[in-house]
Amino acid sequence: MTPNSQIQVAGSAAPGETPRTPTRLPHRGGEPNPSAAALAARFPDAVRRVDVVWGETSVYVDPARVLDLVRWLHDDPTQRYDYLSDVTAVEYRDREQPLEVVWHLRSLPYRRFLRLKAELPKGAKLEVASVWPVYRGANWLERECFDMFGITFVGHPDLRRLLMWEQYREGHPLRKDFPLRGRFSRSEQLRQALAANPEARYSMEEISIAEAFGELPDEMRRRLAAGGRTGE
Amino acid sequence: MGLITRPDQAPAPRAEGRAQAQVQSVDPASQDGWVTTRLDFLVNWARANSMWPMPFGTACCAIEFMATMASRFDLARFGMERLSYSPRQSDVLLCAGRVPYKLAPVIRRIYQQMPQPKWVIAMGACASTGGMFDNYAVVQGIDTIIPVDVYVPGCPPRPESLMYGIMMLQKKVMNERLRDTALRNEIVPDPSSHLYIPPSAIDELSEPFGNSVHQTRSGL
Repeated sequence: MTPNSQIQVAGSAAPGETPRTPTRLPHRGGEPNPSAAALAARFPDAVRRVDVVWGETSVYVDPARVLDLVRWLHDDPTQRYDYLSDVTAVEYRDREQPLEVVWHLRSLPYRRFLRLKAELPKGAKLEVASVWPVYRGANWLERECFDMFGITFVGHPDLRRLLMWEQYREGHPLRKDFPLRGRFSRSEQLRQALAANPEARYSMEEISIAEAFGELPDEMRRRLAAGGRTGE
Repeated sequence: MGLITRPDQAPAPRAEGRAQAQVQSVDPASQDGWVTTRLDFLVNWARANSMWPMPFGTACCAIEFMATMASRFDLARFGMERLSYSPRQSDVLLCAGRVPYKLAPVIRRIYQQMPQPKWVIAMGACASTGGMFDNYAVVQGIDTIIPVDVYVPGCPPRPESLMYGIMMLQKKVMNERLRDTALRNEIVPDPSSHLYIPPSAIDELSEPFGNSVHQTRSGL
């Protein structure tokens, strides 16, 4: 192996693995993502089953072990899932079926896509670990999921509603037991909405960039320090 | 108007076989700087033809509004080419698109910041009635938040529809009377509920119509 082949940048395929566009995929079955087998070998007690649907691999995992699995997938040099594209949840019409929390992971160096699913039973408290310590991009994705489904992400730094306003009291709109028009009458909904102060929605800490000054690119920092304009 | 002035006092040429028109000659110098009209007409004419819109575009209707502003349809012909992005300098609030409940206090605040006289156009089905979004998140017509002058139907309305609505608003402005102060009354929301019309009226305005009547409340 030449030294050059060990250098992997985002978007480059791993040595010996040729990226290809899949054709004629079966609905169910087919070749699973190799990461699924590696995950099952590394965490035999946490991986429950593996599904391949339309060529995409879903791994059903133990909700209590999610953070360990995600951290390993992110850090392991043979996996390198460096991009979290979505965190969401699914509730089925069948009331007995548990809720599923879904993580969409993508490995840019290996060009792999992996879907993790954790099943949360309806009776118990809907809780799962936040993956924010691994992926900072999970912050708002988990806030939206909390807002819409009422799932608590343990370890999230700032778990507030994202789409609905913070004083929203009607519940979590994407749950199956939520009526399409909400729980209150239209006049009551409007009364509560109008009572909100639009200028109080953001705290000064949120709109302040003073603390983030050190994280700006050098050039922008120089221009800002000199009183010049940014942008353009 | 209608007077034929002939400063040179020359006799008008006579057409063969026609009766001579009664021509009244007036010295133009004595008419300089004078127009006689009704003050209502003059003020309304000035207002109707120089309205500054405050665009409140939230959805696809705003795309049609942009098309209306652009050169093909050219809203400048109506004296509306100057979009006023500050409510303090605007005359007509043009709400283009659906308004979610989270935006309800915002559009109410913008309306209250506009100086009198002010008018509101609800552009499109969603702004007028909530449209197809009969759900928990969308206000069922902005007339439950602020009074509306003209409703423009369509999903989204074509630029011709919007211009027709604007011409209707101009006609409405032309018919206003300065002495009629009722047109200039500011809305006074109830201090506890922030509603400016009774809750029962809001529930009635928000009722769905057409084939969507009670379709989602049956099993719940």
